Amino acid sequence: MTLSRGTKAVLAVLAFIAFSFIYIPLGVILINSFSADKGLGWPPSGLTTQWWAKAIENDGVREALWTSIWVAAVATLVALVLGTLLSLALGRYRFFGRESISLVVVLPIALPGIVTGIALNNVFTTFLGGLTIYTLIIGHATFCIVVVYNNALARIRRLGGSVEEASADLGANAWQTFTRVTFPLMRSALVAGGVLAFGLSFDEIIVTTFTAGPGITTLPIWIYQNLFRPNQAPIVNVVAAALVIISILPIYIAQKLSSDDDRGAGVM
Amino acid sequence: MTTVATTPRGGFGYRHPRLRLAGLLTAPMLWLVAVYLGSLGALLLTAFWTVDDFTGQVVRDLTLKNFQQVFTNPAYYGVILRTVGIAVLVTLLCLVLALPLATFMARVAAPRWRPLLVALVLTPLWASYLVKVYAWRAMLAPEEGVISWFLSPLGLDGPGFGFLGIVITLTYLWLPYMVLPIYAGLTRLPNSMLDASADLGARNGRTFRSVVLPILFPSIVAGSIFTFSLSLGDYITAQIVGGKVIMLGNVVQINYVVNLPFAAAVATIPVIIVLLYLAAVRRSGALENI
Repeated sequence: MTLSRGTKAVLAVLAFIAFSFIYIPLGVILINSFSADKGLGWPPSGLTTQWWAKAIENDGVREALWTSIWVAAVATLVALVLGTLLSLALGRYRFFGRESISLVVVLPIALPGIVTGIALNNVFTTFLGGLTIYTLIIGHATFCIVVVYNNALARIRRLGGSVEEASADLGANAWQTFTRVTFPLMRSALVAGGVLAFGLSFDEIIVTTFTAGPGITTLPIWIYQNLFRPNQAPIVNVVAAALVIISILPIYIAQKLSSDDDRGAGVM
Repeated sequence: MTTVATTPRGGFGYRHPRLRLAGLLTAPMLWLVAVYLGSLGALLLTAFWTVDDFTGQVVRDLTLKNFQQVFTNPAYYGVILRTVGIAVLVTLLCLVLALPLATFMARVAAPRWRPLLVALVLTPLWASYLVKVYAWRAMLAPEEGVISWFLSPLGLDGPGFGFLGIVITLTYLWLPYMVLPIYAGLTRLPNSMLDASADLGARNGRTFRSVVLPILFPSIVAGSIFTFSLSLGDYITAQIVGGKVIMLGNVVQINYVVNLPFAAAVATIPVIIVLLYLAAVRRSGALENI
């Protein structure tokens, strides 16, 4: 199909419209964070940097940011360990129930967040006596496992078993083979999976709402709580704009990683 | 390698593969099966319990009362229909936007621009979900929103908060999930096949219908699984840009404190619909494409 000049022009225009649809709202967020007005009114009557200064000094925002980073870091760590174990088991062994396990891993992100959320909420409040920051971390790790697992499994499949067999033939035991051969070869896939898991946890709001203990405020929870408070709108605008700017970071890391990975480091 | 063992030792792990497998699986299985599947099972069981109207206590007798209520009360099955309608509309809109965009990326743009274009589609996925919904609050706000401002010289008003606002916002949120599989499908499409179609006398439109679309079908289905199921379970979007319009997720969220059994019953509905959809598309081979 050789596209005619006209068709190409039409496609270019439609692509431009689609990209505008994607980026205009993000641009509005960035501009609103400098708005001199106190609401979401458009267009802004003037520009100021005072809300950025106020947001940086805002204790609520700062605490929420640290909570988010802490929760995402621990959840990612748990997901890295569990996801790697699973990928090694499913990538290297054939056993009864293997297919079912690969389904169970995907379930936490395949099911709507609210289902996972109230299911965990129900069990945590009934059996663990209530919600804490640890129940929140358990909830987050549960849906983070799959992204680590997916990245690690793809790598293990691509590596094949020959390097490990060679390692065994040379006399290494299972642990030596893992630490000296398998793990170094998996490292970049695990970093990609870890970045993805961290991003997923950092951003999550639904499971968070249902598994966070009282008073535990992650950044999304903070935004959500202040979304409908008119006098907080300028600070919310700044936090939103900051999150839009930060979102470029993982894309940048993924692009860096993809130089040694043929699949774009599995950004999806 | 610095040292080489002098005698092949094999090692404990190699001599006992079953034990090694058990070692690998125990911790993740405890987490996923005991904690997660256990919770889901408990929730499903709860859906068949009820709440005593007077005491507010959960009554642990198995009954279908909750499901009866959902499917016989017009207010509730109205919400089901609306939610499915929103999910279908969002999927179609994503498809309409994604097809030309992905075609442009894969077939028109110079190959050296492709990684950048893919990154441009991916970046919004990393921007916080809540921030994106909030952005649409600023876009859709009646009278003072960006869309209203843009349309006011024409004497028109924007869609405001409500059904249309939810559809637009969800389309925005899930669009990348539709663009990426279609783009991947298009880059895999062999040129020889398109040339063959042209040699056999097909014009572009015919080639698109008879060659490109059938090959792209699994990619489209893969994308639609995301757009459809993510829309079905959403409730935050309706809270922020939905005005008074509610979706299934909102019914669950509103009820879960006072009547967990009923909330649990409602929560099973989007899951059942997604499972039916997955079963229906399974034969298209799209599930291997995700």
